[in-house]
Amino acid sequence: MAKITLSKLRHSYMSTPKSDSDYALKEIDLDWNDGGAYALLGPSGCGKSTLLNIISGLLVPSEGQILFDGKDVTKLPPDQRNIAQVFQFPVIYDTMTVYDNLAFPLRNRGRDEAMVKTRVMAIAEMLEVTEMLDQKAAGLSPDNKQKISMGRGLVREDVNVVMFDEPLTVIDPHLKWKLRSKLKELHQRVKATMIYVTHDQTEALTFADQVVVMQLGEVVQIGTPVELFERPAHTFVGHFIGSPGMNIIPCSYDGSAKIEGQPVTLEGPVRGTPTGQTEIGIRPEFVSLSDTGLPATVTKVSDVGRHTVVECDCLGHKVNAVIEEGAAPQKGDSTHLAFRQDQTRLYVDGWLATDPE
Amino acid sequence: MKTENQKAWFFVLPVLLLVAFNALIPMMTVVNYSVQETFGDNVFFWQGLDWFEQILRSDRFHAALGRQFLFTFLILIIEVPLGIAIALSMPRQGFWVPVCLVLMALPMLIPWNVVGAMWNIFTLPDIGLLGYFLNHTLGINYDMTQDPIAAWVTIVTMDVWHWTSLVVLLSYAGLVSIPDAYYQAAKIDGASNWSVFRYIQLPKMKTVLTIAILLRFMDSFNIYTEPFVLTGGGPGNSTTLLSIDLVKIALGQFDLGPAAAMSLIYFAITLLVSWLFYTLMTKDDQN
Repeated sequence: MAKITLSKLRHSYMSTPKSDSDYALKEIDLDWNDGGAYALLGPSGCGKSTLLNIISGLLVPSEGQILFDGKDVTKLPPDQRNIAQVFQFPVIYDTMTVYDNLAFPLRNRGRDEAMVKTRVMAIAEMLEVTEMLDQKAAGLSPDNKQKISMGRGLVREDVNVVMFDEPLTVIDPHLKWKLRSKLKELHQRVKATMIYVTHDQTEALTFADQVVVMQLGEVVQIGTPVELFERPAHTFVGHFIGSPGMNIIPCSYDGSAKIEGQPVTLEGPVRGTPTGQTEIGIRPEFVSLSDTGLPATVTKVSDVGRHTVVECDCLGHKVNAVIEEGAAPQKGDSTHLAFRQDQTRLYVDGWLATDPE
Repeated sequence: MKTENQKAWFFVLPVLLLVAFNALIPMMTVVNYSVQETFGDNVFFWQGLDWFEQILRSDRFHAALGRQFLFTFLILIIEVPLGIAIALSMPRQGFWVPVCLVLMALPMLIPWNVVGAMWNIFTLPDIGLLGYFLNHTLGINYDMTQDPIAAWVTIVTMDVWHWTSLVVLLSYAGLVSIPDAYYQAAKIDGASNWSVFRYIQLPKMKTVLTIAILLRFMDSFNIYTEPFVLTGGGPGNSTTLLSIDLVKIALGQFDLGPAAAMSLIYFAITLLVSWLFYTLMTKDDQN
């Protein structure tokens, strides 16, 4: 178990990177606390797998350091870092039995058979695969294979961190939920640091205590699921998390914010003097249809079960509103949109620029 | 409206004709010869299973069969490990991949009789590059037209040179299909290079290796052209493999009956070994 520190980490797959865009990872400083459940969330190609491979030691970063409990491990190979990784596709040693698969990492490290047996039995019981131990691993279903891959990570008693690289990709939807709760349960039992890489916000938000959102090789925000939802630090986070994502509406700012000349009240004071592109950000959950406010026309109404998503054309901009229950408007209706003031934020060049009152 | 008729059979007819003329009819001709004696002029005498009995009891057949198994055994035991080793050391990506693949494929593109002729000239003691080098530079007495050992070394080396590539290419295809995650997981699990080979690479190559061994078995068991051009079965009978012996009986001595019986036995052995091997290798997968 260890605290993991990433210090001034940069990585490029090119041998002589010239500009910032040549870097798959741009300057990352991060602390992962011992025993935490983290998710690394971002779209495909944002650098999250690169970051994971750097932590596991499969990649050596171009610049910067990785510290495990203050000890520099940047150049150490994976087997000396005492980490475990679960991959997108289950990795199983086909010719071995389930038992031998689970025992493999311990036997490679020369542990004695009695100790191997206790550990394997304990892990098998935790994963509920005890009755499969004598079977050939090749014949298992994908979700059981993935369980065995996880088991090989957890079987070592002293792993610093267990990393999951989109582990549920090949799992059937109805089993995803089961495995996800199993993971959560495992985290509480073994208390190892876990890092879960995914592009699926549901997986990230349900698994993690802290979510790290990445975009284009940068960390844009670190926070609890609630923080990410309520105060996205960047318009990207607002877009990426939530369904539908945050409304981002271009506005002007000269002491007060205006959308196409119509004033909008912000949650609180704006930091400094905004220079650059200014936008209003508000979640659809906090937009309501009312008699006063910004004029808008309903362009689309979709009933998604518990609530209704109303898409409006508001002064030439697309704005979504989530209407909980009650009378849903019709397509083509003219209405007005009201923004809940304490949830109306200003973004300057993509970054959050307002503080609450 | 559903029409029911037998017109579909017409679509199968071309294939039936093709198979009949290139396999069934020639095969039945051989069967016909194997149970009769002929002195030409289409005069036949019924012999029953005499020829089969004669062949199966003949020392000459036993010797040729023994040489055949020895040859196939030798080339398999060299080509399979060597092919795997070369495939393992070939690059997986970059500029050298196509270069290696083309180099590997080259020997297989050369016609059999040319390979035989090449190695014949190559190993001539006085003018062949290898023959001259061995005899005159290293002072080793090497002449495959005189010495059975030298003849065997030459035909085995020639086959290794000609056909190891097949094992290499098939193994390589198996290797490159292994996802990176397996190697990464093995690294994290602390697996040694041997474990990676034993538990990841070898199992993943199993299917293609089965095919490779099967093909090499059948090809080498039926080999004719190369040793015929290279040694002609000599010196003496030392490199007379089954197919060479068969041709000697059929065309040299014009004993069509025994030759036909022998080719059927030969065919049965090839079929039996291939079937046994394939059944054993794929037995695990069915469970």
